[in-house]
Amino acid sequence: MMNYFPDEVIEHIFDYVASHRDRNVLSLVCKSWYRIERWTRQRVFIGNCYSITPERLIRRFPGLKSLTLKGKPHFADFSLVPYDWGGFVYPWIEALAKSRVGLEELRLKRMVVSDESLELLSRSFTHFKSLVLVSCEGFTTDGLAAIAANCRFLRELDLQENEVEDHKGQWLSCFPDSCTSLVSLNFACLKGEVSLGALERLVARSPNLKSLKLNRSVPLDALQRIMMRAPQLADLGIGSFDHDPESEAYIKLKNTILKCRSLTSLSGFLEVPPHCSLAAIYPICPNLTSLNLSYAAGIQGSELIKLVRHCVKLQRLWIMDCIGDEGLGVVAMTCKYLQELRVFPSAPYGNPAAVTEKGLVAISMGCPKLHSLLYFCHQMTNAALITVAKNCPNFIRFRLCILDALKPDADTMQPLDEGFGAIVQSCRQLRRLSLSGRLTDQVFLYIGMYAEQLEMLSIAFAGESDKGMLYVLNGCKKLRKLEIRDCPFGNMALLTDVGKYETMRSLWMSSCEVTVGACKSLAKKMPMLNVEIFNENEQEDCSLEDGQRVEKMYLYRTLAGKRKDAPEYVWTL
Amino acid sequence: MRRQKGPSLHMTWSCFLKINAPHSHSASGPSNGWVSVSHSCPPTRGTFSFKAAVTATDTTTKVKMESRSVIYANHLNLKATELRLGLPGTTEEPKKEKTVHAIRNNKRQVRQTSEESISISKASHVHTPPAKAKIVGWPPIRSYRKNSLQESEGDGIYVKVSMDGAPYLRKIDLKLYMGYPQLLKALETMFKLTIGEYSEREGYKGSEYAPTYEDKDGDWMLVGDVPWDMFKTSCKRLRIMKASEARGLGCGV
Repeated sequence: MMNYFPDEVIEHIFDYVASHRDRNVLSLVCKSWYRIERWTRQRVFIGNCYSITPERLIRRFPGLKSLTLKGKPHFADFSLVPYDWGGFVYPWIEALAKSRVGLEELRLKRMVVSDESLELLSRSFTHFKSLVLVSCEGFTTDGLAAIAANCRFLRELDLQENEVEDHKGQWLSCFPDSCTSLVSLNFACLKGEVSLGALERLVARSPNLKSLKLNRSVPLDALQRIMMRAPQLADLGIGSFDHDPESEAYIKLKNTILKCRSLTSLSGFLEVPPHCSLAAIYPICPNLTSLNLSYAAGIQGSELIKLVRHCVKLQRLWIMDCIGDEGLGVVAMTCKYLQELRVFPSAPYGNPAAVTEKGLVAISMGCPKLHSLLYFCHQMTNAALITVAKNCPNFIRFRLCILDALKPDADTMQPLDEGFGAIVQSCRQLRRLSLSGRLTDQVFLYIGMYAEQLEMLSIAFAGESDKGMLYVLNGCKKLRKLEIRDCPFGNMALLTDVGKYETMRSLWMSSCEVTVGACKSLAKKMPMLNVEIFNENEQEDCSLEDGQRVEKMYLYRTLAGKRKDAPEYVWTL
Repeated sequence: MRRQKGPSLHMTWSCFLKINAPHSHSASGPSNGWVSVSHSCPPTRGTFSFKAAVTATDTTTKVKMESRSVIYANHLNLKATELRLGLPGTTEEPKKEKTVHAIRNNKRQVRQTSEESISISKASHVHTPPAKAKIVGWPPIRSYRKNSLQESEGDGIYVKVSMDGAPYLRKIDLKLYMGYPQLLKALETMFKLTIGEYSEREGYKGSEYAPTYEDKDGDWMLVGDVPWDMFKTSCKRLRIMKASEARGLGCGV
């Protein structure tokens, strides 16, 4: 029936289909839908930048406006991927620039972004509107200056947790006076100073500015002036909150805050005075739906608790573990709409007065809408996890990190298999899971049996034999990303079902039991996979004997073949 | 004599550890005989043996321990009472690979000795034994976040903590604690001792130890007398005193 509709009608219908998955499905229905879909597709998401070449992407989607690219494997966040492994964005920008694609939005995660790429980007696309960089590296403030200077219609510049070299070039001053289109500006991760005058003027001429996140170099008095100019702000990241409580600047700020009735999201506090009181913020807390104090290292637990008591509408909370179990109890009592919670360790190996299973249980009892969790803690018990599973069956993301990687149930000394088993059995919509603590193969049996929607699984220091990994590969039909470190999984697990890896985006295995020979054999059987081995520890030029254990292996499905930009220590088999 | 199994394994390890050194061993779960001993600075990677005196009343051993400041277990010549992970009669596995994380060895050893009631868990959660620092990428925190934490660690109130009889001092960040109870709990965990409860009249009655601190004026004070906030700003260093010495400070022991 649909064949009798003219293309324009079908196009119009497709306009309502936004999600990537749905559009992918549409394109598979028939040739004409494939054709229409590719011409009308504006947003593309590439989860692994090496899975396809930019040229091929552009050929298929000439109408591309928004591109999201991810580069390095997730474990690169934890320094497990060697420097200069790859993930360079330049070839993509170059290819897009050469084509006639009218790129407007570029979102990158874990990629290497050079100043050159930023300059090329800024000069090549007249209608470029939005740049979002998450966990990227390789650029300096010079690259940002190019973006500021050349992107005349820039709406969004969002820099999240990037390593940026400061060249003291006053990049912020490079926004021309004619630039009035900014909606979102986030430079919280920058270490250097910005011209405060330029910043204030920029804010003053950006009536659409909704989100502003400052870095720690912006002092309190500047913050106050900025907030005066932008009472419409919905999302604010405070840079420095350092002040003398008696000072006029602080009193002014307190009054200004009262006027910011549109603020629903607050973050930052990158620098605070000792014994910092957050009382100035209390008036706006009842409006907050999102609060991120995970970088506010100087704020005491008692102060966090006082603040949270006011945040009755909170849906998302990122906080440090100095809030303690008691503080989480207060969160549970106050934040009834909480959907996402992240509790970060306040010291690299944890704070002795920090959170345990008790805090998590309290949260589960008080916050039934919770669906996303990242929880760093000192200890966990099966009983607690079973309770949490019962109270919160709606988890989509459940990431638990017990700081002592091999710690068993703190009460019974048993492995935590039963606890995690309860989670997967109860949370049928679970898409992402990270395990920690003492775990045997049993937990993987449970995961394979119950985690039907699981797409991403992170495993460390767990399991006893190949069976563990096999349970997961056999059971989790929707698995896309599997990352494993320091587990006794070996060749048998790797090679039993090689076809599985073509249904997945990628597999990472480091410090496991797989050998070079097995990886070679896998690569041979599966030409659509790139199987990369890193051997950066080898001093000598080794010949890769088959029996040798592989330190790090990363394999991914690809249409692009072997990549040409791999450094010397990466062997693509 | 070698005792490995069951609840008869005494807590001598922790007993003399209590008296001697502040160290990075954590012993937990005493009641079911399950001993969790974590290795502190192992002198070499790949070795995971502990040599510990297992007999309860071996005072000579204790003296030996004290005089050698037990931290590096390998330096003790106690082969006869060697407590290690491995089936009786075996030596350590030869390792082919060059770089092996200490924790990997741990996993191997644990699998072999699953029948034994001894289980070795990774280093304690309170402090940072060097072995833990060697585990790359753990805990899984983004490097950006880790670096930021380290930068702002400058904001902490770090004070030295000494304990009578201990060969070296520790440092803690007072900012991490909300009040005296947390601080005392942390000290108890760090040094493997009990301090007990504070009372204004009697100090830390019933405990072998008394926590004291040097204040801004250079005087040695009993921890707990002044409000927490005042304590944090006036405390220059901490010293865990033997109760017998702390009598003048109001300790009731």
